[in-house]
Amino acid sequence: MTDYLILGARLLGGQPTDLVLRDGVIAAFSADLAHAREGVPLETIDASGLVALPGLVDLHTHLREPGREDAETVLTGTQSAARGGFTCVHAMANTSPVADTAGVVEQVWRLGREGGFCDVQPVGAVTVGLKGERLAELGAMADSAAGVRVFSDDGICVSDAVLMRRALEYVKAFDGVVAQHAQEPRLTEGAQMNEGALSGELGLVGWPAVAEEAIIARDVLLAEHVGSRLHVCHLSTRGSVEIVRWAKSRGIDVTAEVTPHHLLLTDDLVRSYDPIYKVNPPLRTADDVAAVREGLADGTIDIVATDHAPHPMEDKECEWSAAAFGMIGLETALSIVQQTMVDTGALTWEQVAEVMSARPARIGRVPDHGRPLAIGEPANVVLYDPEATRTVTPGDTASLSRNTPYAGHELPGRVVATFLRGVPTVLSGELTEGVHA
Amino acid sequence: MKHLLSAGDLSRDEAVRILDTAEELLGVAQRPIKKLPTLRGRTVVNLFFEDSTRTRISFEAAAKRLSADVINFSAKGSSASKGEGLKDTALTLQAMGADAVVVRHGASGAPHRLAHEAWTKGAVVNAGDGTHEHPTQALLDAFTMRRHLVGGGAGPRAADGAGAGTGTDLAGKRVTIVGDVLHSRVARSNALLLHTLGAHVTLVAPPTLLPVGVDSWPVSTSYSLDEAIEGTDALMMLRVQGERMNAAYFPSAREYSRRYGLDVARMNRLPDHAIVMHPGPMNRGMEISADVADSGRSVIVEQVTNGVAVRMAVLYLLLGGAPAPATELQNEGHA
Repeated sequence: MTDYLILGARLLGGQPTDLVLRDGVIAAFSADLAHAREGVPLETIDASGLVALPGLVDLHTHLREPGREDAETVLTGTQSAARGGFTCVHAMANTSPVADTAGVVEQVWRLGREGGFCDVQPVGAVTVGLKGERLAELGAMADSAAGVRVFSDDGICVSDAVLMRRALEYVKAFDGVVAQHAQEPRLTEGAQMNEGALSGELGLVGWPAVAEEAIIARDVLLAEHVGSRLHVCHLSTRGSVEIVRWAKSRGIDVTAEVTPHHLLLTDDLVRSYDPIYKVNPPLRTADDVAAVREGLADGTIDIVATDHAPHPMEDKECEWSAAAFGMIGLETALSIVQQTMVDTGALTWEQVAEVMSARPARIGRVPDHGRPLAIGEPANVVLYDPEATRTVTPGDTASLSRNTPYAGHELPGRVVATFLRGVPTVLSGELTEGVHA
Repeated sequence: MKHLLSAGDLSRDEAVRILDTAEELLGVAQRPIKKLPTLRGRTVVNLFFEDSTRTRISFEAAAKRLSADVINFSAKGSSASKGEGLKDTALTLQAMGADAVVVRHGASGAPHRLAHEAWTKGAVVNAGDGTHEHPTQALLDAFTMRRHLVGGGAGPRAADGAGAGTGTDLAGKRVTIVGDVLHSRVARSNALLLHTLGAHVTLVAPPTLLPVGVDSWPVSTSYSLDEAIEGTDALMMLRVQGERMNAAYFPSAREYSRRYGLDVARMNRLPDHAIVMHPGPMNRGMEISADVADSGRSVIVEQVTNGVAVRMAVLYLLLGGAPAPATELQNEGHA
């Protein structure tokens, strides 16, 4: 195993510091201690101008395997994650078969380990087959080798109030959390885009904010009543931010995430009828974008999660209503956060490390990720050049899919290197061979 | 004008030009030989993913009267029903050399996809997309209104007044559109076009059938037909599907009909010069009573006639190019 000496990286955006990565941990903060050990190669990386952050953790990724290996596999998805600076991703349960048994979650977990680009922490389904009828074997998934702690029917809302209550209660036995896709199903039948003046004009069925807010309001009250931990997936409206803010002020144990695309894009883009902008929850108004940015800045929203949702081209090259919901986002997430939050002065790099690494790891109960950059900590580190700019080309991704909404956008920043337990998965902006024991 | 996708894309002058061209072309229908050589050798494809016999026939008649070759492509019984997508269908038609594609599709925005994705090089005409727009319907409605309400105040019983209103718009005219605005592409296109032409539009519907955000449209709204009917110059009744009550848009067909249907008693409160319109097909007894549909104020059959002329004008202007229509048409007429 090679030792790495990283020269002059700005830790969390602070003063230039030298780092030594050795035996999978951060061994020292001084170049003096980087003497070559016998039989161990030492590689030096000039990181002047680069920001060092703890390896990013995504609480919301769709890896599509098993079942839709034409859109993404665990390998390609984790390679894409590594290129985005992630060292751990949570793989959502809506695969085929659904990740609702210990067997499936262990398979996904193991595929991540074998790939060696990014740890994969499977999310277990709340209900059998995501059908919303009866609880999946949550305990078996928790006890499996995958050690599942996050449970979600993401893509579908656990809309039955009793089932949601029982799930919230049941996962307390193993310190789990239910991550809710908040979407009242009856209010969103056939929904295609944010409901507002534009949906009326474009003749597309509206997805009203109230359908998200009503479920969040119900769920925080349920979580309070049963004393459980609740996580709200991809919150997208001003009203949702206000409800979560109120819930936190009451001491309810709720956390919330926002996606990069909801921090940047608005529903005006739907005017083109180009389904590349079709996503669930839908792109909202500029006022909602302002509200989720404020919520992330003031801590109401705990984390940024990508909701990376790969789809093959044929599911996007069609009429709007026939197209699939979702956009890829692992490789653009950090750039979008820089553009919307750091360059605007709303967040420091230290806070970015909180919302994209420390807190998602804490919510997901992943002990070895999201750790501080300190001596003796696991060497999960990303080196990022905030001064770089790049123009997004859909083909330039490790993902099997091309459904990025940012084609042609000039984005700030570039991931230069990602280290997973001291081994680079990305070096000089290129994928390596990964981590192989 | 490369495509006709939305009535909102038309400027006032472009819209008036289409209406004026239609006025000239209307005369063709009265000739023994109803045909002009204008589009000889050009190919117009009617691409219908959704059943609509009346709209397809109207476009077909329009294209044929301009001597275009017409290919009818119906999704029923074609490859689309076997799962071929919009893109492949478009590429196929493109490869066959379609100069214009007239598209009807159940999905809002499908014509925009055809036009903007480099899938189709020819002109795209929106013949109705989902619950979005139906711009040629709005044009034929405006044309019908102009002939009756502007052309010397001819009124409903002088339907054949020739050359009515040429060069003018609908400034100051009051148009009331009644019914299922939420699901109506006709209402959307009419609201946009009539506003462009200077008319004052009032949409009347139960609150459940008005779209969220309608207050940002360039129209007035009312929940009461009885209040809105006063002073109306043109009253347009929209088709309402009885099944809407199953989704709780209204309690029953009878209640809808009582509150929002047009019967003789309501019709008699219209000013003498006012006309009654319907885009068809009608639900007699639901939104309009049979007595009203067949009355002297009804211009519903004339709308169909005008539809062919307006669609001829649209195809002519999209495919025929820049020359002044009046001169060229006269020359061709004598040929």
